[in-house]
Amino acid sequence: MTNNLLEIRDLHKSYGAVEVLKGVDCTMRQGDVVSIIGSSGSGKTTMLRCINMLEEFEGGTISIDGQAIGYEIVNGQRRRKSEREIARQRALTGMAFQQFNLFPHMSAVGNVMLGLVKVKKIGRDEARAVAETWLDRVGLRERAEHYPGQLSGGQQQRVAIARAIAMNPKLMLFDEVTSALDPELVNEVLQVIKNLAQDGMSMLLVTHEMRFAYEVSNRVIFMNQGRIGEEGNPREMFHKPGTERLAEFLKSSTFN
Amino acid sequence: MDIMHFLDVVWLARMPILKGLGVTISISFLAICAGTVLGVFVGLALTYGVRPLRWIVRGYTDFIRGTPVLVLVLASYYVLSTVGLDLGPFQAGVLALAVFCSSHVGEIVRGALQSIPRGQTEAAKAIGLTFPQTFAYVLGPQALRQVLPAWVNTAAEMVKASTLLSIIGVAELLLRTQELISRSFMSLEFYFFAGFLYFTINYAIERFGRYVERKTAVPT
Ligand SMILES: Nc1ncnc2c1ncn2[C@@H]1O[C@H](COP(=O)(O)OP(=O)(O)OP(=O)(O)O)[C@@H](O)[C@H]1O
Ligand SMILES: [Mg+2]
Repeated sequence: MTNNLLEIRDLHKSYGAVEVLKGVDCTMRQGDVVSIIGSSGSGKTTMLRCINMLEEFEGGTISIDGQAIGYEIVNGQRRRKSEREIARQRALTGMAFQQFNLFPHMSAVGNVMLGLVKVKKIGRDEARAVAETWLDRVGLRERAEHYPGQLSGGQQQRVAIARAIAMNPKLMLFDEVTSALDPELVNEVLQVIKNLAQDGMSMLLVTHEMRFAYEVSNRVIFMNQGRIGEEGNPREMFHKPGTERLAEFLKSSTFN
Repeated sequence: MDIMHFLDVVWLARMPILKGLGVTISISFLAICAGTVLGVFVGLALTYGVRPLRWIVRGYTDFIRGTPVLVLVLASYYVLSTVGLDLGPFQAGVLALAVFCSSHVGEIVRGALQSIPRGQTEAAKAIGLTFPQTFAYVLGPQALRQVLPAWVNTAAEMVKASTLLSIIGVAELLLRTQELISRSFMSLEFYFFAGFLYFTINYAIERFGRYVERKTAVPT
């Protein structure tokens, strides 16, 4: 037992014959804000998706608050946990996706309420109140009854973040939540994430926004070809990259 | 044709016509309901079933869809009895139509479910919904909107296909009409009138589809 919030040990993941994660280790403490950077195809998304079991993984362990995620060892055999148990564990983390993935047939508040009512089994009235509070926090109180099709990309992403956060996860996962947005809509979403970080939310975020990663995180992980190439505090990482790889990567990405 | 005389004849024949209409509606209603329920399961199996199940169900739908409905009706009536399942003509006919309907609905449901972006399932999983919940609240409602137009078509086809039950002696609208014609010799008039009734049923189904579509429309 440790007091780490997230503990990833020797994570291996392949798609068919292609090994995408080749032994990733990572730990996070309560309140940490960790950014994952790295070139396309280095396995950032895959790592995030393993943490909430959107992907299976063949080797290594992931635990959140000391709970082994997805798999357990029974009589020396590694076994996938039951679907029910995995569903329950997924609620430990919240995830925001690049493409928002709001439910198009539900209003903004309906999107946020669904998990509260069906997973947390909170009564509808209370769930609505919680959902409205979170929509308020992301600046969308007056848009509560709007449907995703009636919202801008930035607004949709903020609803999606509210939907995830309202579940009161221990850890938030963000996968390039601004890369599908028009440039003028990026900031409103980044601001929401910054506010959450300031409130002490633990988060792990994949991003191509280097300045944002620099400002918001207390640690940065550089992924390189399925491994952690380098990690450290943002200041060191961005100003004094320790590896040739990272230096190259930083040069090729715009720090704006 | 003398319209007054014709209406007179129809009025005199109202009881057999109404009975036939009632039987046609019952056949269609039962076949569509049973076929839709079964078809949803077929669609689920085709989309989410484990491989062996998927193959079996795929075989079932392809076979059924490739068989003329009349053959299904005849087989259901004559062949099932040889294996000890003795159904009356009405039951056998409804069974055949329901089976036929289920294979079409299954295909429609599969198409609709597969067209829903993967991100929907992932977002549902990410908030901790189990698969049955994901289906009930996220995938099902979205699929419903997509299947409606095709479902209305299939339902209308079922009403038309119900006429085939006349061949195994179910006294539905067409058989009643033919009986009336053989007595009155007003074939044009009665066929026309029957056609009008079939059109009315299908028009009602289409209105119902539109109504559900409107009710479930999502504001954009
Ligand atoms: N479903 C999949 N099937 C097969 N290969 C996949 C699948 N998903 C990802 N990959 C491969 O795994 C590797 C890592 O992908 P991943 O999406 O984790 O990269 P990433 O670091 O998030 O990249 P990006 O910055 O472009 O989002 C890539 O080579 C990708 O082609
Ligand atoms: Mg990615």
